[in-house]
Amino acid sequence: MLSRLVLWLDDRLGTAHFLKHALRKAFPDHWSFMLGEINVYCFAVLLATGTFLAFNFDPSASKLIYHGPYRLLDGQPMSAAYASALRLSFAVNAGLLIRQIHHWAAVVFVAGIVTHMGRVFFTGAFRNPREPNWWLGILLFLLAMGEGFTGYSLPDDLLSGIGLRIADAVVLSVPVAGTWASFLLLGGVFPGSQTEPRLFSAHVFALPALIAGAIGLHLAIVWRQKHTQFRAPGRTENNVVGSPLFPNYAIKSAALGFAVTAVLVGLGAFVQINPIWLYGPYVAYRAASPAQPDWYVGWLDGALRLSWPWSIHLWGHLVPSPFFPGLLLPLALFGLLAGWPFLEWALTKDARPHQLLDRPRDVPWRTGAGTALFVLALGLTLAGSDDVQARYLHAPIETLTSIYRWFCIGAPPLAFAIAYALAADLRARGGAGRAPRVRLRRNADGGFDEETIA
Amino acid sequence: MSRREAAIGICLGLAAAGSVAFMAAYAAKASAQIEGLALFAALGGFFFATLGYARWIVGEARAQDARDTYPSASADRSGAVGNLEKAERTLSRGGVLTNLLLGALALFGLATLFPLRSLGPAPDGALFKTKWRRGSGLTREDGSVVRASDLEVDSVATVFPENAVGDAASQAMLIRIPSDLGPSVDGYVAYSKVCTHAGCPVALYRAATHQLLCPCHQSVFDVLHSGAVLSGPADHALPQLPIHVDADGVLRATGDFPVPIGPGFWERG
Repeated sequence: MLSRLVLWLDDRLGTAHFLKHALRKAFPDHWSFMLGEINVYCFAVLLATGTFLAFNFDPSASKLIYHGPYRLLDGQPMSAAYASALRLSFAVNAGLLIRQIHHWAAVVFVAGIVTHMGRVFFTGAFRNPREPNWWLGILLFLLAMGEGFTGYSLPDDLLSGIGLRIADAVVLSVPVAGTWASFLLLGGVFPGSQTEPRLFSAHVFALPALIAGAIGLHLAIVWRQKHTQFRAPGRTENNVVGSPLFPNYAIKSAALGFAVTAVLVGLGAFVQINPIWLYGPYVAYRAASPAQPDWYVGWLDGALRLSWPWSIHLWGHLVPSPFFPGLLLPLALFGLLAGWPFLEWALTKDARPHQLLDRPRDVPWRTGAGTALFVLALGLTLAGSDDVQARYLHAPIETLTSIYRWFCIGAPPLAFAIAYALAADLRARGGAGRAPRVRLRRNADGGFDEETIA
Repeated sequence: MSRREAAIGICLGLAAAGSVAFMAAYAAKASAQIEGLALFAALGGFFFATLGYARWIVGEARAQDARDTYPSASADRSGAVGNLEKAERTLSRGGVLTNLLLGALALFGLATLFPLRSLGPAPDGALFKTKWRRGSGLTREDGSVVRASDLEVDSVATVFPENAVGDAASQAMLIRIPSDLGPSVDGYVAYSKVCTHAGCPVALYRAATHQLLCPCHQSVFDVLHSGAVLSGPADHALPQLPIHVDADGVLRATGDFPVPIGPGFWERG
């Protein structure tokens, strides 16, 4: 049956040559290569659950009085958007389950991207010829954060409204064009009636289309360039060794897909996420405390909390303080990531193609730099919840702020030094790349000769 | 049937049972937990079954591909570059027309950007003013005006102009302080409730120290000294609303905030 389909297609499209090789294409199956696949499965779950949510959601800022199964908000004025998010949570069969799976999938999606980027960075997989895919990956990271933030903002609950207000303040802080950008993005002053439908269009149409296209291109490039591989006997710069795609690799990947989906469904069923009904509708003059964004926005919120009240006055104009942590810092960090292949090329003078991966210990300064960046992001993220920590530790918030300021300044260089030293030590002990393999051979005198295998 | 096959069979049975259970739970409008558990069981069954397949039935195999796809053979490379250069020469036969084409295309691209302007109104100083006017009564969320006798010392109220209750830009914090502590109008001071850092409502009042605290990024403002920043990332003071008490004892504004409220922006100066 299947073979007849293959022949039928080949009669019309001439696909047999491609298929013959594609089915046996070699896929290295080191576990770290499957981190990226987690994201593909998360994205599939996001599309499926998101489509269901979009069909049940009313992206409208028009005001109504809520009457529904959630008694605590009965009779409250709110936007139609928030009311339909409540309806999805309480009145639509399986609505709450699908909403929570969707939110968990988004949270895991971004986590998977960060982990996958870490793998690519620490093993040097971004080097020639894979710089284009490294940049595409950074673009996907940015798109995923934007998609996550617009989705977080859609229900128009108190937390999401406050998040948007902060994002608008960052847009307003941009020199010269900020005010215009804010007015054009929001369709006027925040909060306005245009914001909600625009967030919806961005979240369900523009951004997912860009993400789907970028993922397609990302995978097409992987297919074309073939995977990198770790050093091992029989693996060279000129070959790629792994499992054949079908069925050996495909069945493993399917197992991973089922595992990812099962975990997301399990989380959606049993671990509450973003209980919007507890926050209430967005009202511009109400505040939520403590207020926490999704984890991947935490570092930006932390940066806003830690920054000094510096602003610049220029010829009767103002560059307000949120510009530096809210825009300049992320630009610098993402610029550093995007420019890293060039930086490494400039430092090592090595622009050759690399198909064999480094282990993190093989290049101590790269490992150190990556660790420092990770520790900085960790410090900023932790600072993003300093009000919660202050509450539990009974410590003044100002104390925590200065601790985190010093942490973000002092810890990254320290992390660089420690990671560098550890990697250099491991490298010194373990040789470059792998432990030497030897073969023992009995010689004519009855003793053994040692022979190193390449 | 071997024990391994039996194990895979049981997992597939679980997957099928989970799907049936989900259909039943959905039909019965069961809770998110029950529906989710059924789906979880189905997916978990599939996971272990495919894992068993991968390990015991399909097994490991080794494939090796050569990396021969790029860079292309030098004949292809020079051919591609050569063809491109030939095309460039062919196009340059158009002479000035080619440049005209490129110029016209650039203009067309610029033209398609113009409708971006339709996305929103011009700022037109909208960020410089609020709905407060001379004589606006300080009005609570429920529409009642505040009288000088209403608030206890060290208590607060969120107030709006009487004709714009709930207006985001006009929201203000009215605070009654002990009148010997600083300049006030019969013990009252009023500040914009929009944080000058990132725009959150400055909703937390620390009565003991007479400070307003923003819950978003912890900027602290001094209620006794014109809303000055005491700590945190805010770079300028909370604008103070000028108020007076009229003959009937009602608190009224004597005008708008003297400076723009909320987070800073380029034109604010």
